[in-house]
Amino acid sequence: MIGELLRFTTAGSVDDGKSTLIGRLLYDSKSIFRDQLASIEATSKKKGLDEIDFSLLTDGLKDEREQGITIDVAYRYFNTPNRKFIIADTPGHIQYTRNMVTGASTANAALILIDARNGVVEQTKRHSYIASLLQIPHVLVCINKMDLVDYKQSDFDKIKEQYKDFAAKLDIQDFKFIPISALKGDNVVNRSENMNWYNGPTLLHSLENIPVANDLNHIDFRFAVQTVLRPHTDEYHDYRGYAGRISSGILRIGDQVTALPSQLQSRVKKIYCAEKELQEAFAPQSISFELEDDIDISRGDMIVKTNNQPRNNQEIDAMICWMGENPLHLNGKFGIQHTTRTGKCIVKEIVYKMDLDELKRIEGEKTLLKNDIARIKIKTTTPLFFDSYRKNRNTGSFILIDESNNNTVGAGMIV
Amino acid sequence: MSYRLEHLEELEAESIYVLREAFAQFENPCILFSGGKDSIVVAHLAVKAFYPAKIPFPLVHIDTGHNFDETIAFRDELVDEIGAQLVVGSVQDAIDKGLAQDEKGVHATRNTAQIPTLLNTIEENKFDAAMGGARRDEEKARSKERFFSHRDDFGQWDPKNQRPELWNLFNGKKKFGEHFRVFPISNWTEMDIWQYIKKENIDLPSLYFSHEREIVRRGNTILANSPYLNLKPNEKVTKEIIRFRTIGDLTITGAVESKANTLDQIIAEVAAARETERGNRADDQRSEAAMEERKKEGYF
Repeated sequence: MIGELLRFTTAGSVDDGKSTLIGRLLYDSKSIFRDQLASIEATSKKKGLDEIDFSLLTDGLKDEREQGITIDVAYRYFNTPNRKFIIADTPGHIQYTRNMVTGASTANAALILIDARNGVVEQTKRHSYIASLLQIPHVLVCINKMDLVDYKQSDFDKIKEQYKDFAAKLDIQDFKFIPISALKGDNVVNRSENMNWYNGPTLLHSLENIPVANDLNHIDFRFAVQTVLRPHTDEYHDYRGYAGRISSGILRIGDQVTALPSQLQSRVKKIYCAEKELQEAFAPQSISFELEDDIDISRGDMIVKTNNQPRNNQEIDAMICWMGENPLHLNGKFGIQHTTRTGKCIVKEIVYKMDLDELKRIEGEKTLLKNDIARIKIKTTTPLFFDSYRKNRNTGSFILIDESNNNTVGAGMIV
Repeated sequence: MSYRLEHLEELEAESIYVLREAFAQFENPCILFSGGKDSIVVAHLAVKAFYPAKIPFPLVHIDTGHNFDETIAFRDELVDEIGAQLVVGSVQDAIDKGLAQDEKGVHATRNTAQIPTLLNTIEENKFDAAMGGARRDEEKARSKERFFSHRDDFGQWDPKNQRPELWNLFNGKKKFGEHFRVFPISNWTEMDIWQYIKKENIDLPSLYFSHEREIVRRGNTILANSPYLNLKPNEKVTKEIIRFRTIGDLTITGAVESKANTLDQIIAEVAAARETERGNRADDQRSEAAMEERKKEGYF
């Protein structure tokens, strides 16, 4: 049996060798099948390439293959005897910030690629800022194409210092540096014989050993009700099971809980994971449970422990990544979806916009364009029950919806 | 106690969450049921998601008329067992009504004729969400698919204009006449499915296990002999020991030579496999973008 699941995202600028790296990981871990390899070999040949173009593996759409660019987030899967991995492969082009944010939103780790010849460039900063903004717990900085700088330690050290200098301004809990050559395979799956000066783990070894479970919040119990199970059968006549996925924390039989917004209290009677009865349950399990008392709870309500409650407010400060084709204007009105709760909101203030190249704040903006990242203040029609995104990725995140076309236009992280 | 989930438990929790979101966000969702292992796992997860209440979705089977007998028998038993409603969309009816056309020639299949049949079944029954067992690891166009996938009022998929899907916040808002496809097992791989079937002791159609059958070899593909298969002049019917890795129509589903007749043997075979499971699906081999084109039209 395989162990835990690790979700990671990959980011790099054009030609950093990101696709080659993914191809290498899949190939060396024997996750590419013969018919897939045959298909991309044939296409590479048709395009007049000497080597296999591994980007063809991840570029799934016809337009992407024709233009040689990645348009959308592609998900890739591989496993080792120790772990299952899900890669969210996101495009490196500037205009596709929204895809990077999407890929990063569910990731436990980010791979950031730097071309050893170029060092830290604008896009490296952009990607690292997004990893920090989205609170990806672990960042692996892969300094790639080491073969092209003769595997020199001095080049690696120089880039490492460069990166550390600007990363000091970010909020990344854990970052590591690995010198690799995706093309030649150095330090990806197998240890490099060309860089004896490097004593750290290979990329795959690092991915296999990131402590996934430690990143989950097991302290603050938060449970957004998805639906209420009411069987209406003789056997389960008065049964009311509150069904949902635990956002964070641990729930035990007998716990004193409060339902929001009603503030009604009760105790946990029984916990189920499908047909199995449990004594306790924890994030990210999908469960249902019964309470001692019959209280009115429905979808969109949140159940928490009485002695540990989230913030409860209609005025919210947040960082937003704007993804809409149309600009966001001050006083614009949108639909908002937060946990299982929906409502409407108005943008009361654009506090500042981020200049991602300089990592500076620009004040006095009245509109945001697609791919802009900004700090805003919103007011919602219904109170939300939330934590800061930094403390809780599930109860600290929301999306904005354009009600004229129902598109998802903003990704919000509560400050 | 250690508070961590093993990968199958986490995938199960994610899928149950998606199924409950679909139930809560849509008025009339259904499960597309092909009789294959993936849709069987989706039905199993749906039972779990709403236990002890009954599964709140009908199972919709798009019946091409070219099914394996085993698939239909299995379907009827499963529907009985879980107490779900069965809705059948018939490709033959759609052809008779002029909604779909039968293909001609040796490579004729009813694969594309399923598309108008499916769209018509969705419209007639006013389903606003159709859940399917598609997985992102199956095929490259599917790797770009969302959990909640928006379709316009023609049932079409616009892969370059998909709604971003952030965190676990699924936006199922739509206009009148539009609908959604929902894919609860997007993040599962073929191996995950088999390991889960074993762990949960899920029943499968006998086609997945090694058996003797009349077959025809066409190129690298082994096809089951049936009244619907048009033989080329040089093709011969022989008897061989085979099993199926996927189950679709009789005319397109390639078999593999295999003696695996237990789940453990199948898992060992999948682990050692050097071809993807769709590697011998005649429907995918028509062109590199075959799946993408069909998906845009409304295929699942």
